[in-house]
Amino acid sequence: MILILLVAILPLAGLITWITGSKNEKLSKWILLVSLLLEIILSFIAWPADIVQKNTAIPHIWQQEVNLEWIPQLGIGFHLAMDGLSFVMVLITFFIGLLTVLATWKNKYQRQGFFNFNFMLVLTGLTGVFLAVDMFLFYFFWELMLIPMYFLISLWGGEKRKAAAFRFFIFTQAGGLLMLLGILGIYFIHGHNTGTYTFDYNLLLGTTIPPGIAIWLVIAMALGFLVKIPLIPLHTWLPDATAKAPIAGSIILAGLLWNSGIYGIMRFLLPLFPYASMLIKPAAMILGILAILYGAKLAFAQTDLRRLVAYSSISHVGFVIIGLFAFNQIALQGVVMQMLTHSISTAALLILAGLLLNRLKTDDLDKMGGIWTDAPSTGSFGLIFTMATVGLPGLGNFLAEFLVLLGTFKVNITVAVLAALGLIATVIYALRMIQKIAFGEKQYTGIAHDLSIREKIIAAALVVPIFWLGLFPGPVFKTLNAPIEKTLEQNTGILVSVRDQNKIADYISLQNEQHKYLAERFNYTSIKKYKIFTDNQPEKGGKW
Amino acid sequence: MVSTKEILSLLPLMITAGGAVLLLLLIGIKRNHIITRFASLFTLLAAFISLFVVRPYQPVYVEHLLVIDSFGSLYMGIIFLASFFIILISHQYLESTTSDIEEYYILILLATLGSATLAVSHHFITFFLGIEILSSSLYVLIAFLRYREHSLEAGIKYLILAAVSSAFLLFGMALVYASYGTMYFPELAAFLKQGNIPALAAGGFGLIVVGIGFKLALVPFHLWTPDVYEGAPAPVTALVATVSKGGVFALWLRFILDLDAFRFPALMTVLGILAAVSMLTGNLLALLQQNVKRILAYSSIAHMGYLLVAFLTGSNLATDSSTFYLVAYIITSLGAFGVVTVISGTDHDATSMGEYKGLFARKPWLAGVFTIMLLSLAGIPFTAGFFGKFYVLMAGVEANLWWLVIILVISSTIGLFYYLKIILTMFSNPEQQTAAHGSFSFTNTLYFGLLTIAILGLGLYPSLLIRLIHSFSMVM
Repeated sequence: MILILLVAILPLAGLITWITGSKNEKLSKWILLVSLLLEIILSFIAWPADIVQKNTAIPHIWQQEVNLEWIPQLGIGFHLAMDGLSFVMVLITFFIGLLTVLATWKNKYQRQGFFNFNFMLVLTGLTGVFLAVDMFLFYFFWELMLIPMYFLISLWGGEKRKAAAFRFFIFTQAGGLLMLLGILGIYFIHGHNTGTYTFDYNLLLGTTIPPGIAIWLVIAMALGFLVKIPLIPLHTWLPDATAKAPIAGSIILAGLLWNSGIYGIMRFLLPLFPYASMLIKPAAMILGILAILYGAKLAFAQTDLRRLVAYSSISHVGFVIIGLFAFNQIALQGVVMQMLTHSISTAALLILAGLLLNRLKTDDLDKMGGIWTDAPSTGSFGLIFTMATVGLPGLGNFLAEFLVLLGTFKVNITVAVLAALGLIATVIYALRMIQKIAFGEKQYTGIAHDLSIREKIIAAALVVPIFWLGLFPGPVFKTLNAPIEKTLEQNTGILVSVRDQNKIADYISLQNEQHKYLAERFNYTSIKKYKIFTDNQPEKGGKW
Repeated sequence: MVSTKEILSLLPLMITAGGAVLLLLLIGIKRNHIITRFASLFTLLAAFISLFVVRPYQPVYVEHLLVIDSFGSLYMGIIFLASFFIILISHQYLESTTSDIEEYYILILLATLGSATLAVSHHFITFFLGIEILSSSLYVLIAFLRYREHSLEAGIKYLILAAVSSAFLLFGMALVYASYGTMYFPELAAFLKQGNIPALAAGGFGLIVVGIGFKLALVPFHLWTPDVYEGAPAPVTALVATVSKGGVFALWLRFILDLDAFRFPALMTVLGILAAVSMLTGNLLALLQQNVKRILAYSSIAHMGYLLVAFLTGSNLATDSSTFYLVAYIITSLGAFGVVTVISGTDHDATSMGEYKGLFARKPWLAGVFTIMLLSLAGIPFTAGFFGKFYVLMAGVEANLWWLVIILVISSTIGLFYYLKIILTMFSNPEQQTAAHGSFSFTNTLYFGLLTIAILGLGLYPSLLIRLIHSFSMVM
């Protein structure tokens, strides 16, 4: 029930603010704020802390579940469910949404009400994507995000916004339809195999798909997800869209939308196509490295702050992709960590861009500079998140990248080394960015006010979690433990079916080692242990 | 001999025909717009209700000519409702014109009759009769406001091309008859089962495909569509897009299903190519247009292509998905052309983009309805079009028609451009304040309210309609 509330409150609040927005702007902002706060509280209620402990004992079971009949003729249900991964994703969505509302508190738009409505609808789509476990419902929410996002860019954006909005729309729409083809493919294969036609994720898991078809389905679905993340070479819509959208839109585009794509790969692509997704691993690794290096190079070349942040996102996507396709505990923990920390730091940098835009009326890095003298706390706010982007130890981003590299290193040393080069590249463009903004000669005219109380609260709300994630990540890892094991479970099964004894032993000892490492390093106990089999005997009729 | 039961089962058709005669008499006695309008609305409502009256007797075979079964009833129901809505929205539009307008309603009833006949026809004779009743009413309706620019042009264009297509159709039927000696669908099916189709008959079927292609406006038989859509009065355009296409599609579906023509790869390939070309051409040419009615015309060509994909799958999903898609398309078209109708001025239809500029500021509700309709045409969540497109894709994937499915994906992505272009135009600020037409009368509110509820309802809970279609098409 609580899950339905999580999905329903946002559009309802959106509708209400649409009606009130044109008459009373203050009230409509308060409605947004309160509804998002309510969502955060609700998601904590949906996730009682003691479940975390029980959770590790019995993975694979949803903590919260709603399953209603929707279109029974086609095997479509209104099926929402929440596990650790969904919980973290939903939480970060609401959190960033809340800060976005706060950060744009003073911004005035034409047709404010409709703006709010679209904003809330995008968040609804994201929430739905993270909670849906019916593939049709997932696709429904996935598509739901597009139109409101398109409106946000094309109606309230800056110059040349229409072209940017069109490009965003065409890319994501084509990707979405391709993903749908993948979903339909697995639906019919499962139907032919078992006679039950269903879109339910739980039932679709473990479908045996002929390899020749599986690879095409994986490619179709992967394209859908990767467009949204976006991975090079599908990235071209992001910089323009981020730079032209209103600030609230930019934050969602660069900070939140990518979560939906990565989540899709973790939740759906890897477990549904365990074998075929291993086949695209080399391509993914190569594109990942390219993304890290090429994204960083382009970020270095930007003069527009928001474009720079967008390219920085594109570069960080590389780490995520490499981590995803390393197929192991540590790397996947790192990936989720990266999603959280990078969402926070990107949102922070874009909020900073918004503050500067309000004060200096420009996104152009060449027209900033020396802001530290006038506004030291703005400068230090920027500096902290530049350091976060760079991956300074002690901040969450460092941990995320470190775990990804560690996990990858055990699988493929060359990839890990090349990816590590990206860290240096990141330092170069990030330092150039903060140098241009905060230090050097003063390039702007007028007065740059320092942070107001409201803005200081926003800054604090962003700084605290980034430190917390960097220093005390234990609870997050605990929460994610079960869902990540679930993702990997399918892939472990595949390795066994390959019947490569040495590989299995290596793989399982690697998993155990990593488990131990994570458990010791972050001080929690994991009950599940991977077992090593020396012979090929199945154990008690299990999937081994 | 025709028995009482058979006569009774023809009630829906007879009521429509009788209504047209009644209207003629009424006009003969006294010209009165309101009375004529209510009489026609009442006729259609009675015809719709009579569908439920005759339902228990079905299926009834009236000689070899007509078959009143649940499939036919479903399509007749759709057609009656569509005509009902068109009459509902026509009132204000016709009031603003000067000519004698009462005959308009007779013609609409006749077109409805023709279309409904197609939905239940089982024989080449009734097939041709239905098409001719439909077309001859449309000739007049399209050129109804003849003093307007483009109106006569559109009428004559439709007259010539529809006559040509009828000739193709007739010639095709003649060839088929020459080879098999029957015009009755089940007998034809029996002949076809024996295999070995003579070249003459194959040619005949080819010509019939051409004739149907004209009526459904499939590429390359689509040339009349944009001009007719542009030149005809907006409610008549809605009639062409919904009632006419609905009837022809019902007949075509029955023809193919009766003959079990899915067995013939050659025919299926030809239809597949027609679908593919229609989807691509329709969407690409719509990109170039600046005229809202022409955009909708090209978009309708593309949508007929999508519909054909669903139909081509030949699986058990084919009837369900294509009927669902057609219903969604009809509701959406009624809504979209309804908006065009309402904001049209007295001397011309609102066709240029300029007239839609800033519609959101002037007429927020109307612009909202139009946005929902366009989003449904584009296939966006929460609308019937979304589920319709999903259903079509699903049928296509099940039948392994991958190449058509891919083309559908590509072309519908292209299609988004122009739908969004119209929506953005409505949001942008008007350069000069154009006169705002379209006051919200009670009927308009009813019209748009019902259609919007239908679109959103089908988008959120499509299960209802699927169940309905399923129960009707099962007993075929």
